[in-house]
Amino acid sequence: MELLAFGKTGWGDELFYATLMTIAVSITAMLVGFCFALIFTPLKLSKYKALNFVGNFYTTVIRGVPELLVIYLFFFGGSGAIMYVASIFGYYEYIEINAFITGSMAIGIISGAYSTEVFRGAIQSIDKGQFEAAKVLGINKFVQFYKIILPQMLRLAIPNLSNVWQITLKDTSLISVTGLVEIMRQSYIAAGSTRDPLFFYSFAAVLYLLLTYVSMKLINKLEVRYSRGY
Amino acid sequence: MDFDLMITSFPKLLGATIVTLKLLSGSLFFGLFLGLFFAILRLNKNILINKFAYGYSYIFRGTPLLVQIFIIYFGLGQIEYLRTTFLWVILKEPYWCAIIAFTLNTGAYTSEILRSAFQTIKPGIIEAGKSLGISNKIIFYKIQIPIAIRQSLPAYGNEIILMMKGTSLASTVTLMDLTGVAKYIISTTFKPIEVFIVAGGIYLFMTFIIHNVIKYLEKKYSFQQ
Repeated sequence: MELLAFGKTGWGDELFYATLMTIAVSITAMLVGFCFALIFTPLKLSKYKALNFVGNFYTTVIRGVPELLVIYLFFFGGSGAIMYVASIFGYYEYIEINAFITGSMAIGIISGAYSTEVFRGAIQSIDKGQFEAAKVLGINKFVQFYKIILPQMLRLAIPNLSNVWQITLKDTSLISVTGLVEIMRQSYIAAGSTRDPLFFYSFAAVLYLLLTYVSMKLINKLEVRYSRGY
Repeated sequence: MDFDLMITSFPKLLGATIVTLKLLSGSLFFGLFLGLFFAILRLNKNILINKFAYGYSYIFRGTPLLVQIFIIYFGLGQIEYLRTTFLWVILKEPYWCAIIAFTLNTGAYTSEILRSAFQTIKPGIIEAGKSLGISNKIIFYKIQIPIAIRQSLPAYGNEIILMMKGTSLASTVTLMDLTGVAKYIISTTFKPIEVFIVAGGIYLFMTFIIHNVIKYLEKKYSFQQ
């Protein structure tokens, strides 16, 4: 137990901050994913074949390629790409983007592909009559989306989004390969310096279980809230 | 774009694909049996057995695959007792450690898929079997299992693709699979995009094949309407 003590003698506080880091990366990645979903869901539902193709290309490629490979692409290619863009604007210094941004962008893009599929499915399962009724009543597109489609969509999307959240949360463990100090990386460091990998990796597993358990409970509450009236 | 690098790295990556495929087929093979075993335990009426099977699938589905591999590869070697048994022959090899971790992981997901497939079988079908005087064993093997397999095909297809992506984690325990070799080439040449296109293309091709095979099987085993 003294291995988990807070302060200088144990790894308790380090692991605590690492857990906070995991939560922070997961939430950032989930939000980045929503941004991507917001762009690509309309593309997938569009009437135009070319736009459909772009949307399908994104979700197919990201969901068909291992997460680790995407993370390596971002880790090794991230600052190169940023520097290339900067050089167009006449800035030639070396730019290093930190592991947090690279990691949450990489996981965010992956999470976004799954969110896109969820949103597409939710919108497609809303009765066509709802869209038509809104049109007939002369409601503009913006209000139609926020007041009619979105509330119905969320009810259908939340159970699946909770799966996406679980996937995202577990994927953040892969960012440890880039050196960002989250649960996995911290356990790796602790296991290395105490020569007790079994204990620290098992403890990491417990932390992840705790995170998934607590987030499931919270999401269930949200689900109840959005299913009012059903 | 460095096309030369893409061409020269292609054979290396293709060679590494064999490791990926070996890992995938090994873990799916063992995982299917493990999944079926735990799915049957889940359907057991005894609460203790039921809870045990649920706990297994909950733990393995609630933690990242990376943690599971690390516990098995780095953690188990720490137990002195294990080093003296014959298990050590297996556990000191990263290859078998990866297979064990993948098997346990896919077993957990497979057990959930099969359990829900068993539960969607209409009770009327089993009752019909009983009223015809067919024994419970034959009802299970000849009626329930074939229907469950057919029901679970789409979900299991997804699981195969997820597992294929999961095998990329073997590269973290020194195995040179497709992702491992891709990372090695990236870190020596610093050309991430080219290597990503080639390695990602190979992965996508495998996804494509798996997807179509499952689609074909679904069609083949679908109920005659």
